[in-house]
Amino acid sequence: MTTTVTSHRTRPPAQPPTLRARRLPKYVAPAIALAALLVAAAIVYGAGIGGPVLVVVIGALLYLGALYVAANVVEGRRSARNRTWSALIHSAFVLAVLPLASVVWTLVSKGLERFDANFFLTSMNNIGARDPEGGAYHAIVGTLLQVGIAALITVPLGILCAIYVVEYGRGKFAFAIRFFVDVMTGIPSIVAGLFILAFWVLIVSPYFNDGRPGFSGFAAALALSVLMLPTVVRSTEEMLRLVPAPLREGAYALGVPKWKTILRIVLPTALPGIVTGVMLAIARAAGETAPVLLVAGGGAAINFNPFENNQSSLALFVYQQAGDASRYAPARAWTAALTLVALVLILTIAAKLLARRNRLGR
Amino acid sequence: MGDYPSRSANAGTGGTPVTEGREWPAGASARVAENSFHTSGPSGSGLGGGGALPRARRFGAERAFRGLTMAAGTAVLVVIAAIAIFLVAKAVPALRANTENFWSFEGWFPNDAEPKFGIGALAFGTVLSSALALLVAVPIALGIALYLSHYAPRRLGTTLGFLIDLLAAVPSVVFGLWGREVFINPVRDFSVWLNEYFSWLPLFGGDGPFGRSILLGALVLAIMVLPIITSLSREVFLQTPTANEEAALALGATRWEMIRTAVLPYGRPGIIAAVMLGLGRALGETIALALTLGITFGISFNLIENGGNTIAANIANAFGEANETGRGALIASGLVLFAITLIVNITARAIIYRRREFTESAA
Repeated sequence: MTTTVTSHRTRPPAQPPTLRARRLPKYVAPAIALAALLVAAAIVYGAGIGGPVLVVVIGALLYLGALYVAANVVEGRRSARNRTWSALIHSAFVLAVLPLASVVWTLVSKGLERFDANFFLTSMNNIGARDPEGGAYHAIVGTLLQVGIAALITVPLGILCAIYVVEYGRGKFAFAIRFFVDVMTGIPSIVAGLFILAFWVLIVSPYFNDGRPGFSGFAAALALSVLMLPTVVRSTEEMLRLVPAPLREGAYALGVPKWKTILRIVLPTALPGIVTGVMLAIARAAGETAPVLLVAGGGAAINFNPFENNQSSLALFVYQQAGDASRYAPARAWTAALTLVALVLILTIAAKLLARRNRLGR
Repeated sequence: MGDYPSRSANAGTGGTPVTEGREWPAGASARVAENSFHTSGPSGSGLGGGGALPRARRFGAERAFRGLTMAAGTAVLVVIAAIAIFLVAKAVPALRANTENFWSFEGWFPNDAEPKFGIGALAFGTVLSSALALLVAVPIALGIALYLSHYAPRRLGTTLGFLIDLLAAVPSVVFGLWGREVFINPVRDFSVWLNEYFSWLPLFGGDGPFGRSILLGALVLAIMVLPIITSLSREVFLQTPTANEEAALALGATRWEMIRTAVLPYGRPGIIAAVMLGLGRALGETIALALTLGITFGISFNLIENGGNTIAANIANAFGEANETGRGALIASGLVLFAITLIVNITARAIIYRRREFTESAA
């Protein structure tokens, strides 16, 4: 019906040569870019108000303006907007890549300066401002002990909490737990440190320590576990929810009690995902500086006992060396930072690869 | 069971076939097994079937395990409450000893015989640096997220997204070190330039020295929260229903019009939540700012002169030489920070929860 109507209608006399909208030729955008840079250079150096960076900034602004005008004339307003936004989005990408690439580049180039055996096998004990040696052995020991203890505390607690929320909890109480786990994710690390300072170091530990506040690696582990707990709970919870219901029902049908079903059927099925979450939490905790600074106290000597005396950690070591006046300190700080980032990234990448192989995964 | 908010609770994993349409917690299909020990439970009567099932034991493994998990769940609430209680307990004596107004005094001398300290300048610095950081980071982060989700080739987008996720895991102390040793040079040059041509604006006035300023701190902070906001909002953008995008394109929309009409409205709650989470992170950031700000105690809008301070950075810097009252004063400032971040986080979470209900009912 409609086809007959349209076919009888008289055609407009002046038909455009092509049905496609007019578009800017491909060479126009680069040409505008070049012209904008030249004009910007002329303005900046002519008025003497800055250097090459300003040329690029003004050039980019001129390019955006000129491109909009040109596209507006040839292609129309909608297309001009499309081009401008597209250029803005691409430039946002470039703008962000520059500093991030600079971070990575500096980290590697400066970090390799002291990346030697001496750094990994000695501590900062008896290292003065004029000694170029000194290393992070004590800090690495501290990081591993603190994060290990924190994981020992957090993993069972977090998994049990997630089991309660997913398998048992109903009503307002379970909802409150879910909500506050989410809120806990956002607690600043320094507040977690202050909490352990007030609770453990200043109030509880004096009972074991002749009445003096006891800074220790264990206190740092407690603070780190406050930070790790929500991450572990959240990821475990998500994984438990992904376990297919028929698996549970099969177990119940065989007469297996609920707790045994959870421990023997549900948890093993969700295990790879849970391990991923735990590794991400450990990676985050290993990089925390503030809580360790507040409750472990730092220290230059090797201390294998997390329950007594000060302990350092890699992140804290970076912070202390960064503020140190010795001219050998920056090199130590960068190498420690490289070590820390390597540790964190290895954990993160391993966790993500594991998540990719997980058959319950999204 | 009507008041159980399972619709919103399950929606976080929504869309996967295994969880679809589940009304009860995951284990609820086994009401029978659970009721074997719940003889007096309100819903237990009609379901069990009676004699064939074993009698409930009062102290069985089931009950013990259930109690254990419940205790672990309660531990979370206890920790949150304990944080508030212990911080208040340690803060109050110091606040009593304070001889100046805690809210308005500009200075931090809690270790003196007459302790004087105030949170005003610190809270101002915290809010100013975070706001500035977000002002810089949010547009760029959204731009990158859109680039990765809708402009870049699929392969490149996935790879770069993975790299951005990795950058989000880099510890803040590394960014602080980089800001202190490397980034300070371009920022100092930029500050001098701003001061030369824009010193008529109070923001860029002053006679130096420049460099370790609010501007440096805020820019480092922006670079730190950038990966976080990017990776969260990229995920939201990728979740836009393809049908909506294709419908917009089929109606003749340009790519930007498609993004504006289909992607952004769908992702708005997610963007807001991502920004709020980034804000929470920025407010609580300690070490990066302790390394980059030039610590002063005054309320000033000057962005480029050495100075600036935040609650968290002050705790890290002043902790070393703090005495009993000094620690209490720092804990009091931490309490204020805790309250601020708690408000920001609860708001963000409330937005996310509302969105979950919204998306599920729409699906």
